[in-house]
Amino acid sequence: MADILVVLEVRDGKVRPASLQALGAARGLADARGGRVLALATEAVEPDLEALGGAGADEVLVAGAEAHSPDGAAATAVRVAGEEGADLVLLAATIRGRDLCGRIAAGLEAGFAPDCTALEADGEGLLFERPVYAGKARMQVRIRTPKAVASLRPNFFQPAGRSHSATRRDVPAEEGKARVVEMKGRQEGRPDVAEARIIVSGGRGLGGPENWPLLEALADALPGAALGASRAVVDAGWRPHSEQVGQTGKTVSPELYIAVGISGAIQHLAGMSTSKVIVAINKDAEAPIFQHATYGVVGDALEILPKLTEALKAAQAG
Amino acid sequence: MEILVCVKRVPATTTRVTVGPDGKSLDPTGVEYVLNPYDEFAVEEALRLKEAAGEGSVTAFSFGGAEAQKELRTVLAMGADAAVLLQSEAAAAADGATTARVLAEALRGRSFDLILFGKQAVDLDQHGVGPMVATLLGIPCISEVVALEVADGKVTAEREVEGGREVVEAPLPCAVTAQKGLNEPRYASLKGIMAAKKKPLEVVEVDPGEAAVEVVSMSPPPPRPPGRIVGEGPDAVPELLRLLQEEAKVL
Repeated sequence: MADILVVLEVRDGKVRPASLQALGAARGLADARGGRVLALATEAVEPDLEALGGAGADEVLVAGAEAHSPDGAAATAVRVAGEEGADLVLLAATIRGRDLCGRIAAGLEAGFAPDCTALEADGEGLLFERPVYAGKARMQVRIRTPKAVASLRPNFFQPAGRSHSATRRDVPAEEGKARVVEMKGRQEGRPDVAEARIIVSGGRGLGGPENWPLLEALADALPGAALGASRAVVDAGWRPHSEQVGQTGKTVSPELYIAVGISGAIQHLAGMSTSKVIVAINKDAEAPIFQHATYGVVGDALEILPKLTEALKAAQAG
Repeated sequence: MEILVCVKRVPATTTRVTVGPDGKSLDPTGVEYVLNPYDEFAVEEALRLKEAAGEGSVTAFSFGGAEAQKELRTVLAMGADAAVLLQSEAAAAADGATTARVLAEALRGRSFDLILFGKQAVDLDQHGVGPMVATLLGIPCISEVVALEVADGKVTAEREVEGGREVVEAPLPCAVTAQKGLNEPRYASLKGIMAAKKKPLEVVEVDPGEAAVEVVSMSPPPPRPPGRIVGEGPDAVPELLRLLQEEAKVL
């Protein structure tokens, strides 16, 4: 059986967690249908062969480009897929991964399935499941071209979790015309909303941007929590668009989503309804968010937030 | 500056999605269709760049059914100079790779400095059309752009990636896909709407051929297990915390 190529995303010399999850998905498929799992780093990186092997890779190919070039990275992936005879290329559905998905498909004359949430092999080949209409529905699709490219949404797949050390091989990097010249506004400490395990998200019910420290304090009390926001507060200029969750923002699937002062407009629900556990805190007992919440608390967010933060801190200290 | 913009007719984001009788597509009954919101940012940026350059043209392309003329008229009313509808009834349900091939075929051989796209269409959320068209045309592409500068034959763009902002440079001709935040799209003025009626809108029949991706089924999202109201006000906090720790086990 042909091999599977997983294109890794590297930031600050580290492979991103979503790429390790993609390796796990590739491992599952390779175990079922045969073939190897190749991991490709398109930038210079010192790969952790134990971690990548454990997540699912048999071999790690390192193309030592100095800086990320989207077209260069895609050209490297297309060349390597051809040389190695891989018929399936998987990526994490991050912003970079989504961008590479279509480019690699162009180079391989392939169809692509972006943002997949499930992936299975059956008698007819591969079946990809992906949300459409921002999660208001899902589609099962088959890629009908000989080669296929798919990106996998973060937090829907698991690294293989095995004990295995991958081998390493260096391969040449292709040059691109576009290149990343600078990384600005790096957010230290807090993970991005699209990848976080826990999201604390605020809406109009918080009253104004001056009350956001209450939400930040709650996020600080939850290790690994990111901040999210509703479209209303982003449009009002209270919060940056990078935090917006929903149809014209980010689609998220954390283990825990805490919606504070968010009524639950359909565009917002579409972006977060695949969260494992949803907590809603809202003054209005009739707010649509309560129909989607695992646990709801009716009341003033400004009174409830400090109590919740305090209780979490006490629980951790105890 | 010659700028091309690719746009799509999509259901409004307020649409309640119902699966159609074929079990594979959206039931269009009662659905309001609009210009894809991200395409509005692309059109606006194209118009601003042309206005700043003081010369050139903006031409809009759409791969769509006959009814997509409405969205192309909207783009003309905003200020684009001409529009081309690549007409096929198969367009609305087309996968990203098929759409990209049709668009690349239509744009090949045209002279342009820049091609703008919305970063994704809010129907099938495929994200890949802009980068794929650019790759098929052999030009660079910068996607999900929130700030754009074109000068001296070069594009400098900023894009929000997880955990920061990338600054990317590429030479012209180049493709760019627009993210929310790039600009505030203008509304078409009455004068613009009147003028749009006289602007050229060419209709070209296209055959997308065999789809690269086949839809097997479409279904509602998996149902969520029913939730419950834990309580009211700050007094509910201890019980909420207990449930998160002991029942949901997420803390």
